[in-house]
Amino acid sequence: MGRYLMRRLFQGGAVLVGVTVIAFALLHLAPGGPLAMYTLTTSMGAEDLARISHELGLDQPLPVQYARWATNLVRGDWGRSYRDSRPVLVDIADRLPGTVELMLASLLLAIGIGVAVGILGALRRYSIFDYLATTGAMVSLSIPTFWFGLMMIFVFSVSLGWIPSGDMYSLGKPFSLLDRLHHLVGPVTVLGLVLVAPWSRYTRSGMLEVLYQDYVRTARAKGVPAPRVVVQHALRNALIPLLTLAGVQLPMLFGGALVTETVFSWPGMGRFFVDSLGYRDYPVLMGILIFTAILVILGNLLADLLYAVVDPRIRFG
Amino acid sequence: MSARAAVRVLGTARGRKGSPAVARFTRHRLAILGSVAVAALLLTAIFAPDIAPRNPLYIDLVVRFTPPLHGPFALGTDPLGRDLLSRLIYAGRISLTVGFSAMLVSAVVGTAVGTLAAFRGGAVDSVFMRVTDVGFSLPSIFLLLLLAAFISPSVLSITLIIGLTSWMATARLVRGQILTVLKLDFIEAARAGGASDLRLILRHLLPNSAAPVVVAATLNVADAILAESYVSFLGYGIQPPLASWGNMLNNAQSYFVSAPWLAVFPGLMITLAVTSINFIGDGLRDALDPRLKI
Repeated sequence: MGRYLMRRLFQGGAVLVGVTVIAFALLHLAPGGPLAMYTLTTSMGAEDLARISHELGLDQPLPVQYARWATNLVRGDWGRSYRDSRPVLVDIADRLPGTVELMLASLLLAIGIGVAVGILGALRRYSIFDYLATTGAMVSLSIPTFWFGLMMIFVFSVSLGWIPSGDMYSLGKPFSLLDRLHHLVGPVTVLGLVLVAPWSRYTRSGMLEVLYQDYVRTARAKGVPAPRVVVQHALRNALIPLLTLAGVQLPMLFGGALVTETVFSWPGMGRFFVDSLGYRDYPVLMGILIFTAILVILGNLLADLLYAVVDPRIRFG
Repeated sequence: MSARAAVRVLGTARGRKGSPAVARFTRHRLAILGSVAVAALLLTAIFAPDIAPRNPLYIDLVVRFTPPLHGPFALGTDPLGRDLLSRLIYAGRISLTVGFSAMLVSAVVGTAVGTLAAFRGGAVDSVFMRVTDVGFSLPSIFLLLLLAAFISPSVLSITLIIGLTSWMATARLVRGQILTVLKLDFIEAARAGGASDLRLILRHLLPNSAAPVVVAATLNVADAILAESYVSFLGYGIQPPLASWGNMLNNAQSYFVSAPWLAVFPGLMITLAVTSINFIGDGLRDALDPRLKI
């Protein structure tokens, strides 16, 4: 276990270094480089720019600059936003809860529906339900998230007036859980739809693999009630490989959140990213890129470790 | 099933319907349906000038916001009075071109990376696979948007960006497949026969790992069309007046009340194209790789 953990940690670290190298390269490839914002203002002449560039160390060799930039990252100094001059990490931390709330709620919804559909599909294989579910899963993977969101807003918000068309809560009203949930309905449906298909498909195939194994047949033969066989004997083993799915889905979850947040003007990291893109706020953009990558790497690491802990058949080595 | 019985089953399947892979594909009704739809979309795109009822760029403010089925406009007009149907037809050209070309880029890069990693092994393998991991840990839409914001967006640059951020899955697949094939006896035989590395790769390794690449490439077309629509919807992709299905939705939200049809039709086209291609990919997976059934 120790050696496996060390190896996975080392791999994760290597990938993280790769991510920072890419972010650093992008920062310098950007038109105007790190000083892009100032080149646009007329109050700064070429000499001012050269002086500032020297003061900030931007005239030094790139490896030196990278080393200093990376050291600052580790220290928690991720630079300041061009737009509001606040530290990037503080800006991100402000938007993180919104994204986490949206992602968790959507993931729970997707797992709940996906696992249920997957079990039913496996139990009634090749039935009409199974056929519709697998076809529906394929279609749900093919609908553009933002367009599905637009249609949700058009039908349920603009036409029927059932749900709010955006934001996390009603402005100027005291906090109420109901109000919060009401605002969650639209975005969670949209983001959940993107995630549900993989869960139902993998649950179905996992269940099918397990359902016809000897120990399940034995359980049936000795008279265990059918629902208990499905849940206790089959599902528990079928779900183990799905742990990794949660990890693998993370990038998809972040990407989906970006689009969903933009359509529903949800105050999260994704919409912040799109906003910052309009301002060419490079420190914030790189910050969010690195931050999501760290979460993805950690999530995958955690999923792999849990997988190994839950399933004793996995050998470390 | 005994080996003889297996041979018999395969034998009859082959005898009756020609190649078993073709038979498996044609049995997948949704894949057939998808193929028909994609063929229709491609033909419409190719013959757009002959099919489109009017010039997609012609602005006529007098008829702006005409609803569908009014006057000569089957699907209505947009805020500048341009014919929506004609714009959709021409937009298909752009969206499908980006989708298929980006797939080519990602298939070539992915195959090259995967082949080299598996064939060279050792340090090359480790480095290439860590680079692939890096690609996997960056949510692709963030990277896409960043790159698209840096450069002046054009069909070519958007295609390249999408292609160069989506080769990782292909690389992993090809690597795994080639590692398996490398262990087989006929590779040993080819080596003993004095085949050069290049010949080994081109004649033996790549043809034997083509099946998963074809499936992955098909699914990549669907993903690339989606990616283009996301980036263009957010305003960093294909720029107006050129129409793509994605950028036609760019301002649709502001016209919800006055002109909802503007938001409906382009999204339907994307969904139709992407669903069809995904069904084809599903059918190809069943046909080419029966073991890999999810």
